[in-house]
This record gives sequence, structure tokens and C-alpha cells, in this order.
Amino acid sequence: MVISQRNPLSSRTSKMNKLTTSSSELDLDRPNIEDYLPTDSIPQPHAKLRLRDLLDISPTLTEAAGAIVDDSFTRCFKSNPPEPWNWNIYLFPLWCLGVVVRYGILFPGRVLILTIGWIIFLSCYIPVHVLLKGHDKLRKRLERALVELICSFFVASWTGVVKYHGPRPCARPKQVFVANHTSMIDFIVLEQMTAFAVIMQKHPGWVGLLQSTILESVGCIWFNRSEAKDREIVARKLREHVEGTDNNPLLIFPEGTCVNNNYTVMFKKGAFELGATVCPIAIKYNKIFVDAFWNSRKQSFTTHLLQLMTSWAVVCDVWYLEPQNMKPGETAIEFAERVRGIISARAGLKMVPWDGYLKYSRPSPKHRESKQKSFAESVLRRLEEK
Amino acid sequence: MGNTSSMLTQYDIEEVQEHCNNTFSQQEIVSLYQRFCQLDRNSGGFISADEFLSVPEFAVNLLSQRLFRMVDGLNFKEFVAFLSAFSSRATLQHKVEFIFKVYDFDGNGKVAFSDLLDVLRDLTGQFISEQQRELVLTHVLEEAGYKKDSLLVLSDFTKILGNTGLKMEVEIPVD
Repeated sequence: MVISQRNPLSSRTSKMNKLTTSSSELDLDRPNIEDYLPTDSIPQPHAKLRLRDLLDISPTLTEAAGAIVDDSFTRCFKSNPPEPWNWNIYLFPLWCLGVVVRYGILFPGRVLILTIGWIIFLSCYIPVHVLLKGHDKLRKRLERALVELICSFFVASWTGVVKYHGPRPCARPKQVFVANHTSMIDFIVLEQMTAFAVIMQKHPGWVGLLQSTILESVGCIWFNRSEAKDREIVARKLREHVEGTDNNPLLIFPEGTCVNNNYTVMFKKGAFELGATVCPIAIKYNKIFVDAFWNSRKQSFTTHLLQLMTSWAVVCDVWYLEPQNMKPGETAIEFAERVRGIISARAGLKMVPWDGYLKYSRPSPKHRESKQKSFAESVLRRLEEK
Repeated sequence: MGNTSSMLTQYDIEEVQEHCNNTFSQQEIVSLYQRFCQLDRNSGGFISADEFLSVPEFAVNLLSQRLFRMVDGLNFKEFVAFLSAFSSRATLQHKVEFIFKVYDFDGNGKVAFSDLLDVLRDLTGQFISEQQRELVLTHVLEEAGYKKDSLLVLSDFTKILGNTGLKMEVEIPVD
């Protein structure tokens, strides 16, 4: 059953208004699915109620079977590796030669570039960080330039061919950047052009180390998906960052998780409630040499990076789109969906009405309840009919 | 059919096809196998509760618990047979039988008032009181010529559901 064909914003505005007025405090809560999916999936004719109508559960069964056979949520997180081309007698040896070149020549070369990059970076960053403690403005500027530098080295280490379209973002107060999310390298690709402050999930291992040292200097904010109290603290930090004048522009990935660059899942409304201008960024990877989707269920980030470093190139397009403001009378969720539409249209992605966090947890019972409610009402109504 | 191999042989496909009475084409069976492997993440040879419930569209379905108990622990051949009721080639009788099996929880071939009540409860939840549910069911049963304590069998279901056609079809995506 393909849900993406249903219009997610069909006339449920009354329900949405009820939602936003009840949660007046700022929170990054997942938006309720019931606001997006139509609840009248069980057809409700108006004739008198007969035994047949109660026994005929075929619509519900069909939906369930449809979900078993194919569902839009699983499709969002399916890796789609590029098609192999090493099919015949001369293509195969060519491919083998390619493997030798990639693993034997390119990979060591890239590791070398990356190592040189790190040496340069650390030898500049540590002195700047330590010595210029008093001169904050200068220190920040230098650190920003250095972070951009190391990101360029990273991108070079996968021979990233990135085409940037649109006006380069500038640091202005009261603005927030949002982008679709495919892999952690999204951040690196964007960071090499402009030093953003980003909000990220705190990771373990060497990534976590980088997060707490270097990224801290660009003004990054951490959150922990599994902690509920965390959300209020993070929401407050976001507000403070956006309202501050001297901070790096804030980059948020409202999907909340990595999606496979063919679809977009629902945007969380947190970024759209800050009272700031939202500047959308669309990122689309060309799968011609490698699939840049980081399937966090299948591989660790290190494996993912190694896979990128042993491929020919990572090709992607980045579009900086026109900044959007919340229209009068628009709720945060509607604003989020509108921006998601803009990004999806630009990058050629299909929109699906699912919350990315369902990767980690079950849907809330509210959706079942609204379906039950509408069926119950129909049964009672038809019972009255003559 | 071993659960360690990720490739189906022609023999396997034909065996599955026979088992489901040719309601699926060979291509559809291959697609279903890919889907089965995709859902069966730990490659146990069957899809566990957790794996089914990780499909949000299935988890929010009102009859997911009942269906899940019918499909729990099935291997691929039985999985295809389970889904065969939803094929466009399935007969009306086959579909009626499937619905009957959903109601006939204990599998004794008879659907009692309590079974009907259980399914209606799944579909309406807390939005109708238990008494109202019983009243509604009694009313429609009597109108159709049955009594509250009648036990419905498959032929009753066929009679009730059979003549207006059931729309119960799912398309298997074939790459």
C-alpha cells in the first residue's frame, strides 16, 4: 500500500489547531501521525447497517496485507546500491583493474591527504584555541576557517564533486538552515562552504570525541534521542543560539534520522517554531559511483567512510533555496511541511508521511484510536438509519 | 527451502506456487521472497513479532494482533499461502474463507457471538460501550435471520458476504 499518494495535508486543519494550542511550550516532540494521515480509510456509506457490513472487514485486511507486502516506511531506509556494470568479458577485467586502482592507489593517496589535512589542522587549531583565549572574535574567525579547511580535506578524501547552486549562506541573526539528511557527510559537505553550527545526536567513539572538541568551537548543540527531558533543554538552547548575534548560522536536519535520498520523511517542527527565517537547503547525491546513504542499521560510520574512500567519487548537488518565513495563520507543522515540499521538489525526492523516529520506536496508539472512533461513529449513525 | 540461501531455485518457486494454488505468478513469488528477507532481518526463516511491528503501517492497523497471530512463525511457503487470499487471481470463496479464519480464532470451524464481539471491539475500541456493541450485533444478526446464540459456519459467511463481491486485493510490486 503506497501511502505517498495520499495528500498529507487534507483538510485536518481543525485538528492541527487543537494540537498546537495544547502544546504551547516549545518542544521537539514528534508530530502526531494522525494529523497527516486521513482517518477515513474504512469506507463509510450511509445505508442502513446490516450484518454484512459488520462482517466485511476486507478494507482493514487489505490495508494490513498491503503493509506486509510493501510499505513506504521501509522503502525510505532501503539502501539502493548503484547497478553493477562488470558483466562481460572485457568489462570484468576493467572492473578488476578499477578495484586495484581504487584500493591500491586512490585509497592510500586519500588516506595520505586526510592525514596531512589533520596535521595541518591540528597544528593550527590547538595553538589558536589555546593562545588566543582572550581574543574571542579573532579566535572564532580562525577556528571557523580551520573547520572549513578540515572539511574540505574530508571531501577531498573521497574525491567529492560537489556542485553548489544558489546564493552562499551568510551569518545573520534570526535565521536557521534546514536540509534533508542522508548521511553524516551531509554536514561535512555543507560545512566546507560555510561553517555552520549544527545540532546532532551525540555519538560514541571517535566521532563523539570530535563532537566534543572541535565541533564545540563552532557552536554545536547536542541531544540524546533516548532522553525525554533532553528535548526541553535542547529547545531552549536552539532559541538562545538563534537569537544570539555572534553565533554561527544554525543548521538543523529536521528529519531526525538518515533517509536514503529517494524519499523525505516528516520534518520535526522544532526548527520551525523558533520565530526565525528558515533557509532550506536541498542535497541530492548522484549514485553513479557510490550510494552515500548511511544505513546506520547496517554499518558503522567508520565502515561507511571507508566505503566512500574506496569508491571513485562522491557526486552531489547542493541547492541553497529561497529563505521562507512562516505565513500568517500557518502552524509550525504546516510550515515544516511546506518547506519539506520545497526541498523535495528541488532534489527530486518523494514525500512520505512517516516520522523518522519510527525507526527506533512504535507508532503511538492515537492513530488506531482515531480510526476506531470514525468506524464506531459510522456504525452508530447507520444503526439509526431506516 | 533453507533459510540460509538468499536465492530461490526454480524448484523452490514451483513448490511455493503449487502450495498457493497458482494464485501468484513466479515473478510475484520472487518479489515476495525479497520482501520476506527484507522483513526477516535476523534471517531466522520466519518473521517475528518485532519485525512485523516495525512496519508502522502494519502496527497501526486495527486487526494487526489477529493477523499477526495467523502469520506468526510462518516460513516463506506458508507466508505466500497466507497472502494468496489477496491476489487478484484468488477466488471469492478463498477470500471469504480468509475472513472466516480471522473471525474463527480458535479454529474450530464455528464463529460464535463472542468471536463477532471480539472483532467488533478491535474495530471500535473504547468509542462504543460493550453493551452497545452487543445490542448492535444482536440487532443485525436477528435482522439477517440468526439468533444471538447461533454459531456461524463458513457457508453462512459465504451466503452473507458472497453476493456483493469483496474488494480484497493487494498488488505485489514487481521490479
